[in-house]
Amino acid sequence: MLNTLTLKQALDKLDKKEVTLSEINSDINKAIKEKNEELNVYLTLNDIAVTNTEEKSSLAGLPIAVKDNYCTRDLRTTASSTVLDNFVPQYDSTVIKNLRKAGGHIIGKTNLDAWAHGSSTETSQYGRTLNPRNTGHLPGGSSGGSAAAVAADLCIASLGTETAGSIRQPSSWCGVVGLKPTYGRCSRYGVIAMASSTDSPGPITKTVEDAAIMLNHIAGHDQYDGTTTTKEVPDFTSFLDQDLKGMKIGVVYTNIEGLEEIKDTFLEQIKVFEKLGATVEIVEAMDPHHAIGVYTIIQRGEVSSNLGRFDGIRYGNDRSFFGHEAKNRIMLGTYTLSKGYADQYYNTAQKVRTLFIKDYKKLFKEYDVLISPTSPGFAKKIGVSESSAMFGELEDMLLEPSSIAGLPGISVPCYRDQETNLYLGLNIVAPMFREDLVIKAGDAFEKNTKWNSWRNK
Amino acid sequence: MLNKITKQQVHHVAKLANIPIDDSEAEKLATGFRETLETITDLQSVDVSGVEPTHQVTGMENILREDKVDDSRTFTQEQALANAKQTHQGFFVVPRLIKK
Repeated sequence: MLNTLTLKQALDKLDKKEVTLSEINSDINKAIKEKNEELNVYLTLNDIAVTNTEEKSSLAGLPIAVKDNYCTRDLRTTASSTVLDNFVPQYDSTVIKNLRKAGGHIIGKTNLDAWAHGSSTETSQYGRTLNPRNTGHLPGGSSGGSAAAVAADLCIASLGTETAGSIRQPSSWCGVVGLKPTYGRCSRYGVIAMASSTDSPGPITKTVEDAAIMLNHIAGHDQYDGTTTTKEVPDFTSFLDQDLKGMKIGVVYTNIEGLEEIKDTFLEQIKVFEKLGATVEIVEAMDPHHAIGVYTIIQRGEVSSNLGRFDGIRYGNDRSFFGHEAKNRIMLGTYTLSKGYADQYYNTAQKVRTLFIKDYKKLFKEYDVLISPTSPGFAKKIGVSESSAMFGELEDMLLEPSSIAGLPGISVPCYRDQETNLYLGLNIVAPMFREDLVIKAGDAFEKNTKWNSWRNK
Repeated sequence: MLNKITKQQVHHVAKLANIPIDDSEAEKLATGFRETLETITDLQSVDVSGVEPTHQVTGMENILREDKVDDSRTFTQEQALANAKQTHQGFFVVPRLIKK
């Protein structure tokens, strides 16, 4: 089954002419026919066939799944909300433009929590996605559809977006690799905005190597997103297969409440870093509970502003089509930004954000990277998000500090429970624009452990 | 103070945000508001005296580009109107704001 190939394997096999693109596509389409209805991964499939297979390109026309909050020209884009039920963008977002230029073919648009509000896909107005590793469980979110598309081999690689956990948490729950680049590394132009000061497009893939390949093609300065960096984009694949000798790793958040279930397993798994020559130390970091408050206030505020544009006049349906969660967030943001409350909430949150950034600066004087579990536990059962308005924030607590600080991070599988077939993720965080370090550490971990299901079939 | 979010306040905020809601929804939203505000009160315990706020993390300032029309991304009238529910002679139709 060629749909189970990693991006690197597929590129190599095409290069050596061992397989053809249409053979790969045929197996992918077969898998989609078999599984998409049950898993609810793709909301829209791109029925435009791949042409130009003879022409050589970096991504060789391979099928890439794209989260449905990237504007894709002539291909329906909903953000999983019925507000945009019939919205067909007239332009490509910059990341999609870059992907197409590199020869990536968009095979379909994947489900997410509506407007990316959530960590389960359960707020999608088109139904939840199921976790392909165990269909009684959630895939996580908000990029749950993209993570599930990868886990179920319904694509060769995928794109997600992260504001605070939305790439890494579903990657952890689905047992795949999710790379959240530094804020400003990949353009937000044409991505349906959630929280503009932290939104970060990035890849969700089968291996760290694949994530590095994808990042090579989507990253870079964009004149239409003033926050993108003019720094040179390095060849991220050059940081694979590196020696970890001398790397200093700080372990954070292992002592906080709520991690009891997985703490011992996690500490056991990260011992491999020492064997690879790195030094590993448990270290105190600023309490991530505070990041929940910071992120919640900032995110709701920015959401209330960003979703103000959906008025049903130029495109989409009117505001009565918003689902409960979107209403909840828009209105909470309106409230916390309103006269008399802005100082108490928004300005305080932005100050605590500064404290997190200072704490990271201090930690990165001592350590090259910081690691922690990605999520406080395994994938939760379906239906569980509906019980709490704060479900997502609690699930994403370990990722929110690095997100509000704009740092790059990667989640790689670090354990699989034999009974449930569910995974845990290892989160690796580095200073701004040091994706090289998270790729180096993540790749070494992946290649020296047995948890990547594509490397160890 | 934080836990006193009332249904009336929710209706007021809904009006500000231009979100149509009914009474039963207001009740449900008030509960969600209370839960969320309870979780974030934890921030009040952090000492932020003398700390500057961070509004963006890149440190970049005044990013400008030349004020020039980029034809490659200019919509035709047809494209601009392609997703509008209601158009009239090449214009968007908007709701009336001024009373007759």
